[in-house]
Amino acid sequence: MSTTPISGETNVSTVSVSMIFQRLKATNWYEFVIEGLIRLAGVSTIFIVGLIFLFLLREGLPAFLDIPLRQLFGPRWYPIEGRFGIWPLMVGSFIVTVGAVIIAVPLGLTTAIYLGEIAPPWQREILKPFIEVLSGIPSIVLGFLGWVALAPLVQRLGAPTGLTAFTGSLLLAYMSLPTIISISEDALYAVPKEYRDAALAIGATQWQTIWRVVLPAARSGLVIAVMLGIGRAIGETMAVMMVTGNAANIPPLGPGMLFQPVRTMTATIAAEMGEVAKGSLHYNTLFGIGIILFLITLAINSIAGRLVGAQSSRRRGGQL
Amino acid sequence: MEPIISIRNLFFTYKDGTEALKNVSLDIYPNEVFVLFGPARSGKTTLLRLLNRLSDLIEGARIQGTIQFKGQDIFARGVDVTALRRQVSMVFAIPTPLPGSIRDNLTYGLRMAGIRRMSVLEERVERALRQAALWDEVKDRLDESAFALSGGQKQRLCLARSLALEPEVILLDNPTSGLDPLSTGMVEDSLYELKQRYTIIMVPHSVQQAGRVADRAGFLLDGELVEVNRAERLFTSPRDQRTEDYITGRFG
Repeated sequence: MSTTPISGETNVSTVSVSMIFQRLKATNWYEFVIEGLIRLAGVSTIFIVGLIFLFLLREGLPAFLDIPLRQLFGPRWYPIEGRFGIWPLMVGSFIVTVGAVIIAVPLGLTTAIYLGEIAPPWQREILKPFIEVLSGIPSIVLGFLGWVALAPLVQRLGAPTGLTAFTGSLLLAYMSLPTIISISEDALYAVPKEYRDAALAIGATQWQTIWRVVLPAARSGLVIAVMLGIGRAIGETMAVMMVTGNAANIPPLGPGMLFQPVRTMTATIAAEMGEVAKGSLHYNTLFGIGIILFLITLAINSIAGRLVGAQSSRRRGGQL
Repeated sequence: MEPIISIRNLFFTYKDGTEALKNVSLDIYPNEVFVLFGPARSGKTTLLRLLNRLSDLIEGARIQGTIQFKGQDIFARGVDVTALRRQVSMVFAIPTPLPGSIRDNLTYGLRMAGIRRMSVLEERVERALRQAALWDEVKDRLDESAFALSGGQKQRLCLARSLALEPEVILLDNPTSGLDPLSTGMVEDSLYELKQRYTIIMVPHSVQQAGRVADRAGFLLDGELVEVNRAERLFTSPRDQRTEDYITGRFG
């Protein structure tokens, strides 16, 4: 009576062990296929990026080799006369982007702080969908609006024409706001509620809690938000092309430079690529501009990565 | 003796209508360790949070009754809530070091209170860490991240952070919940020292802990303060059947 159940048990256990091994084998095969597919997807992304870069290099490198660097980075962009100086375009992009960042970052961050920390829930529920809608408006529509509505306003400010760097900055700021707001709001949301409680419990006011505890804790996310906002601004083409006047000149240094027409690198590529003979020096130079844009974006991203990485690794190290 | 905190007919109702506290009246006296115990969701934390108005953060809640701190109604108009929270300071169940160094954690509150003199800050940091029995372990690494501390050290850091403000009342919400027995012992031991200077109101980890540290204790059940008495009386010969059932482990 007492021995049978024991032997029965051992039988059951040996059977189940062999079954487990069988299942393990099947799972291994499964795992192998799925892991392979995932790996393929990951590697192909890298491969495609590499191909894009190679293509850019192949088409754009001749510009750097055939045109003397002094001329290439010189002040004259007259493609028809064979003068390919991209300096005005870089200055144009720089002015428009910096202007946009100066407008968008403070506005975006404060909006995010308001939404995440101060606004009562009912206001948040009204505001957030609007911000999301804002990010969904196609850039060409915004460019059209800028051209029809914003440019006359800027001209009324006293600029010789409404199509200026400032107009572009305003529009770009407007376009990068949703990115900055929603990502920084996520970053603020990710700050544990306990931090806020802890700060309040030691006698912090709401503002002190936000400034000294919540913002430092959310720093890495906020940096990403700003960097993505900048990335959006520097890469934007159509809207900027429509409102900046597209004059490839270098505005005289000073506060007035914001109110001069400029031409950005992206707009130049978009405007001229259609009419250029393939393989000509002009064609190569446009790709050269593409390379420079690529490098700038790469630099911004890696700076962002460095800033974020430095912080998260410190925190990770700290948790050990 | 004058009570330092005096609660009268306190009701607290959440937005959804849940009554978290029902007609609670209670006096807390200076320099005692008062332990507030009871089963989960009986309103202990809610009551603690009311005492320094962290309950303000709960939206749509309704409060009836009065709480006086040193004779002053804390819900009266014009009360400086941040000043109240510096005097009635809270330590939470989960240790919550703030991002930054150990020193930063202790000086946050002081700086926010407007204390900037380095000499004062240094002195307060050391005194608070000594009172929380943490000084010897961290004195050589005050500028390292507070996240690098162990769980027990973090909790004592949070205690020290409150002590640095030199409050009058310290609210401890289950301060040893995540701690090992050794760290728990250290926190419990420091309570004896602390009550010489401060009044301590604590939600304990267990009835056993309540028995170890309490001068007086109150038993909360479903938002109702069933019984309050000196600890040695309450834990040995409770007057209410429900208290006895809970202490002897018949429910909860």
